[in-house]
Amino acid sequence: MAKKMHDTPNLDQLESGPWPSFVTGLKELAKNKDHVVDLLGQLEESYKTRKGYWKGGTVGVFGYGGGVIPRFTELKNEDGTPKFKDAAEFHTLRVMPPPGMHYDTDTLRQFCDIWEKHGSGLIAFHGQSGDIMFQGATTENVQKAFDEFNEMGFDLGGAGPAVRTSMSCVGAARCEQSCYDEAKAHRAVLNTFLDDIHRPSLPYKFKFKFSGCPNDCMNSVQRADMAVIGTWRDNIRTDEALAKKWFAKHGMDELVNDVVARCPTKAFQLKEIGKVKSGDRISSVAVNDTHAVEIDNRDCVRCMHCINVMTGALAAGTDKGATVLVGGKSHLKIGGLLGTVILPFIKLDTDEDVEKLVDFAQRTIDFFAENALEHERTGEMIERIGLANFLEAMEIDADPAMVNSPRMNPYVRTDGWDDEVAKINAKKNAA
Amino acid sequence: MNAPVQMRKPKETGVPDNKKYLHPLLLKNYGNWKYHDRPRPGVLHHVSHSGDEVWSVRAGTQRQMDVYTIRKLCDIADKFAEGRVRFTIRSNIEYIVSDESKVAPLIAELEKSGFPVGGTGNSVTMIAHTQGWLHCDIPGTDASGVVKALMDELYDEFRREEMPNRVHLSTSCCEINCGGQADLAIIVQHTKPPVINHDLVANVCERPTVVARCPVAAIRPAMVNGKPSLEIDEAKCMCCGACYPPCPPMQINDPENSKLAIWVGGKNSNARGKPTFMKMVASGLPNNAPRWPEVGAVVKNILHVYKEDARPWERMADWIDRIGWPSFFEKTGLPFTKYLIDDWRGSRANLNSSTHIRF
Ligand code: HEM
Ligand code: SF4
Ligand code: SF4
Ligand code: SF4
Ligand code: SF4
Repeated sequence: MAKKMHDTPNLDQLESGPWPSFVTGLKELAKNKDHVVDLLGQLEESYKTRKGYWKGGTVGVFGYGGGVIPRFTELKNEDGTPKFKDAAEFHTLRVMPPPGMHYDTDTLRQFCDIWEKHGSGLIAFHGQSGDIMFQGATTENVQKAFDEFNEMGFDLGGAGPAVRTSMSCVGAARCEQSCYDEAKAHRAVLNTFLDDIHRPSLPYKFKFKFSGCPNDCMNSVQRADMAVIGTWRDNIRTDEALAKKWFAKHGMDELVNDVVARCPTKAFQLKEIGKVKSGDRISSVAVNDTHAVEIDNRDCVRCMHCINVMTGALAAGTDKGATVLVGGKSHLKIGGLLGTVILPFIKLDTDEDVEKLVDFAQRTIDFFAENALEHERTGEMIERIGLANFLEAMEIDADPAMVNSPRMNPYVRTDGWDDEVAKINAKKNAA
Repeated sequence: MNAPVQMRKPKETGVPDNKKYLHPLLLKNYGNWKYHDRPRPGVLHHVSHSGDEVWSVRAGTQRQMDVYTIRKLCDIADKFAEGRVRFTIRSNIEYIVSDESKVAPLIAELEKSGFPVGGTGNSVTMIAHTQGWLHCDIPGTDASGVVKALMDELYDEFRREEMPNRVHLSTSCCEINCGGQADLAIIVQHTKPPVINHDLVANVCERPTVVARCPVAAIRPAMVNGKPSLEIDEAKCMCCGACYPPCPPMQINDPENSKLAIWVGGKNSNARGKPTFMKMVASGLPNNAPRWPEVGAVVKNILHVYKEDARPWERMADWIDRIGWPSFFEKTGLPFTKYLIDDWRGSRANLNSSTHIRF
């Protein structure tokens, strides 16, 4: 039995209503833990005053420089003692999840037992960066908890100016849209940078995310310094039985208004069967006895829309791989940046293919480490030096797939033009 | 004195393999799925090229979970789902079953235990959120509490698939926006410059770092009351709070003046249009714990108008692309103030340089 609960009239109001309540959960924990009784006390105070009361500090585990988020209370009495002494320390361990966030119940129960013993018993599945967040350990218990998680085969994630914990989508494990083995790429890349995860020494954070197709369920384009997004080069595949089944259920209005009209490049057309084009870049499939869908794959930008609507009837091609975009990030400091295409297409089928991705990641991080200013994200660095300079350093050829449009101003010095053309021609002739 | 402790060296094992955690049929059909459909809200039915089928049942959680809740979720997995679960990026839990007849009893058990089944397809799914007062060191508001209050209001929309397309929400308790981009996001917006405690700056803050952190170069070193400190050009400061994490004596949070803003139209998917960032459409909402009713009202209103007005498959961003911003503000009744005109770098691209106007 723990000590008596503090009055929490504000938090109590978050126990009513149908959605599961974290307050109810905290109160359950507080029945056995003074730590959580006082956490509720401090949180109630925040609700009353609308102020936060945690400050950071330095707490870690032996051998690592990051992965623990220290929290010490700032809510003090006049004499400097903590108002809620049992929650004076409430540190978080960030633990990296398996790709796709799959677990068996033995593992989850073991997490619970360890965290009940050494921590508050409060666990978030998951943080926005993907970590399992074990919240609420005293300084003394951080190491004990980590040792046990680590013995289970789990490792700390990143914090500070480090390679951060990553996420990959459910992908190949349960999604027909998957264009590469997300879990394999995720592990191959992240596990190359364990030193940069555990011992923060980069100019700033660096995040990888892995999405199996352009639906980008991991939001990688908006928030990963390197986004690996599955795609394909050959034709959309079709299945006539499923196409007819789809049409029988949804009809002409939906096919026209929801699919044809929404194809961003008008690559997707509806035709009378007799008028369907043939050709090696055309995909077509009958939807009934008179009409068929015709897709000109040269114009398709692999947006996924038609495939999402008519799943199974249409499917990604078989020459699969990924597009890699670099430089996505949120507002700080120059404003939000979406990632920019750097590798329009790479294969990821074999170990050697994945090795090439790892190599590109390694060279990007090396360049970032050497060239970014302190507290500058990769996207900001590229904005500062210009994409062309980044490409040159990475030994990647300029490609029109990297831009929305060519330059719209004449303010560039072009006296190297002929040399560049000669280089491009020489490469073409050698190929 | 205690004897020196032998410290355990970490095993630098990195990201663990997920194969042993996969449901047996997911492992067997890895990379070989053919299509899926949704027999009802909260349930995905996947069919493999091998002919195998699985049903995934998705349920909402509070994300910040106590061990008892997690054990309860595990009991349900042991009973119905071969002892396996997975979590979505939005903290929903998924149970995978290989036998269709287990779907209905699993749903009944989840709902009886207080976990709403839904969050699939065209629903309003769980809100991506962050730490807030519970655990961050710079929060302007709470995270889990805002989410609990909102999800109580959006409960039915979570359990149905009645929106034009999927709706992703996020909340962020400071302008850093850890919650991320979303169709609709709620983000703290400070309205007053930081209040500096000059007694502490010299000891706590690395002053050049703090000066460099400001996006508008509003901070400069200064001697205040004989002590080295920092001062802010308040005419330049746009109250972003970026100086606060590296220098806690520059307090940006204020119970009254830290407001909440609403943003719409972020889209990460490449489906139809290219990915977009979200845009601010409302601000000045009070940070009214514990249930933030003013925020809830604006959110529900926008979602309601979107639900009524958007066509099938239009995400929030697609819908606004079709109807235009004047209609968005007219239909939602939100005031379009001068603060919504972008003046940050690259902002000219956000101005209308055409006569394309809907009347
Ligand atoms: C004191 C400083 C900070 C703390 C304590 C902090 C804490 C966190 C936490 C706990 C998360 C995961 C949130 C969750 O899921 O609960 C997170 C994610 C994130 N943080 Fe921070 N953060 C800090 C500073 C920053 C800064 C300076 C930036 C931006 C430049 C930033 C950008 C982000 C972003 C974009 C995410 C989401 C990441 C993703 O979606 O992968 N944070 N942060
Ligand atoms: S990103 Fe694509 S492959 Fe991955 S889960 Fe989403 S839809 Fe499936
Ligand atoms: S995937 Fe291609 S064909 Fe289909 S809607 Fe998108 S661009 Fe059009
Ligand atoms: S959004 Fe801001 S306050 Fe909230 S968790 Fe992230 S850094 Fe902390
Ligand atoms: S709040 Fe933002 S703009 Fe104002 S001084 Fe601090 S960093 Fe600069």
